[in-house]
Amino acid sequence: MAKRYSNATYRLIRRLKAAGLYAAVALVLVYILFPYYWAIVTSTKSAQAIYGFSLLPSLDFSNYAQLFTNRVFMGALVNSIAVAFASTLIALVIGVLAAYGFGRLHFSAGRYLLIAVLMISVLPQVAVLSGMFEVIGWLRLYNSSGALVVSYLILTLPFTTWILTSFIRDLPVELEEAALIDGCSRLRILTHVLLPLMWPAIASTGLLAFILSWNEFLFALTFILTDENRTVPVAIGLLTGSSRYEVPYGLVMAASVTVTLPLLVLVLIFQRKIVAGLTTGAVKG
Amino acid sequence: MTPTDHAQRLQTRTAWLFVAPLLVILFAVAIWPLARTIFFAFTDAYLDDPANYGFVGFSNFVTVWEDTIFWRAVSNTLIFTVVSVAIETVLGLAIALLLHRAFFGRGLVRAAILVPWAMPMVVSTRIWDWMLNDQFGLINRILIDLGIIAKGIAWTADPTLLLGVVIFIDVWVTTPFMVLLILAGLQLIPEDLYEAAEISGVPPWKCFWSITLPLVAPAIGVAMLFRTLDALRMFDLSYVLAANNTNTMTMSIYARDQLISFQDLGVGSAASTWVFLIIGFIAILLVGLLRLDRSQH
Repeated sequence: MAKRYSNATYRLIRRLKAAGLYAAVALVLVYILFPYYWAIVTSTKSAQAIYGFSLLPSLDFSNYAQLFTNRVFMGALVNSIAVAFASTLIALVIGVLAAYGFGRLHFSAGRYLLIAVLMISVLPQVAVLSGMFEVIGWLRLYNSSGALVVSYLILTLPFTTWILTSFIRDLPVELEEAALIDGCSRLRILTHVLLPLMWPAIASTGLLAFILSWNEFLFALTFILTDENRTVPVAIGLLTGSSRYEVPYGLVMAASVTVTLPLLVLVLIFQRKIVAGLTTGAVKG
Repeated sequence: MTPTDHAQRLQTRTAWLFVAPLLVILFAVAIWPLARTIFFAFTDAYLDDPANYGFVGFSNFVTVWEDTIFWRAVSNTLIFTVVSVAIETVLGLAIALLLHRAFFGRGLVRAAILVPWAMPMVVSTRIWDWMLNDQFGLINRILIDLGIIAKGIAWTADPTLLLGVVIFIDVWVTTPFMVLLILAGLQLIPEDLYEAAEISGVPPWKCFWSITLPLVAPAIGVAMLFRTLDALRMFDLSYVLAANNTNTMTMSIYARDQLISFQDLGVGSAASTWVFLIIGFIAILLVGLLRLDRSQH
């Protein structure tokens, strides 16, 4: 039997519930965001202030000045940008072509090949490490950015293929039927009819592939031997002081913020674009 | 031959042309290297001169099998995987349920949870390493101020705590991935189910057990499968935090160590092959379980 409360009691319960909801959301936000905020705060503190526990940034940019004159780190930044761009571009071009084959053209082997592609994406990286060493040796790419562009395709290609395939499947077939009757080639249909509609999907898939390459650690640690060819994750991983017990935390945090902030901004910007692309999608008429 | 047969054959040929570049590249960077790794596992080759080798049968596999450090790495990896995936699932479900409700600023909060996920694992690890520093770390300072501990705990130096710290950091990094997948599952549940339940006076906890959980279970299952396979091959977190410390060494670190530090292509490849077989076996088991579960509904 349900108890009956007065209107005032109901209002109170409702307000308490809302307060509880917002308190829980605030707790989640602190858990998720505070460590990154603390990295930013630490990166703007002088070598002395770092050991104080002030929760506010102190706007001392000596760590950043030191970082941007660090040739190994700046070199790593350039290498990372080049590698991630090259690997993403190749993965997108090959991925779009394959996605059209899997998503639109019906052939019996397609289903099994697509499952094989998915299986490759869960393959542990160490399982291919020895063989990849040999392939990179044959291509004479050892200790060069090219080694990473090639080896990262095992991470980015299955991913772009899989996502773009599901996206092409969702596009209406009517779009290309007219073009097909007019005698357009399949490649022309892909580049002139589908591609203009796919750019939001390509942009968000490309961003994710870029993040995968940008963050990769194992191959970058293994196939690059010298400091001037390193990428940022490894450079940050190996950034130490004169001894193991004397880590320059201010510098490490400045490096961490530098390599993460542009990506985070992109993720936030593109998130809106993905949503917009999906809502305006649907064919008209 | 009928015209439709001809059209179908033409389409099949075109399809192969479109997927050919993908197949060629994946053969070169995945299938072939995997096959060569397994091949090298049966040889006594060294990394500096891989062309010079002799066949040694299964002896590399036996060497790895009899190495107690390998089993330590396997048990570390399994403990890490089971505990962190379990915590991530529960926490991910809780946060997803929270973010599924309507509140002011929900879009921003959903964007914010992408932050730990988009960061390089190296960066997350070093941030937490700093926060957990025994003398100057914020966590110890807060615990001391709250009177919970008397003096700083050496989180990242104490061997008994190290694996726990690795799990803690991994939970922070990957829970957002769980939240996103579970949230997508929650959005598929039709709203009128809850309305019907409310009208019939079903209490909220029963709604959760009888409506939400069964309907979101497939999404959770898939998310857990991917997280498990990802956790089993974990390398960077342990490596950046503690290099090849045996308390946190994973299977991937062990295999790479044999290959690179000891330059032993044969034993390193055998270790890699063991890792591949162990993860493959678990993958087949989990996919089988998921299928079984689906067919019962």
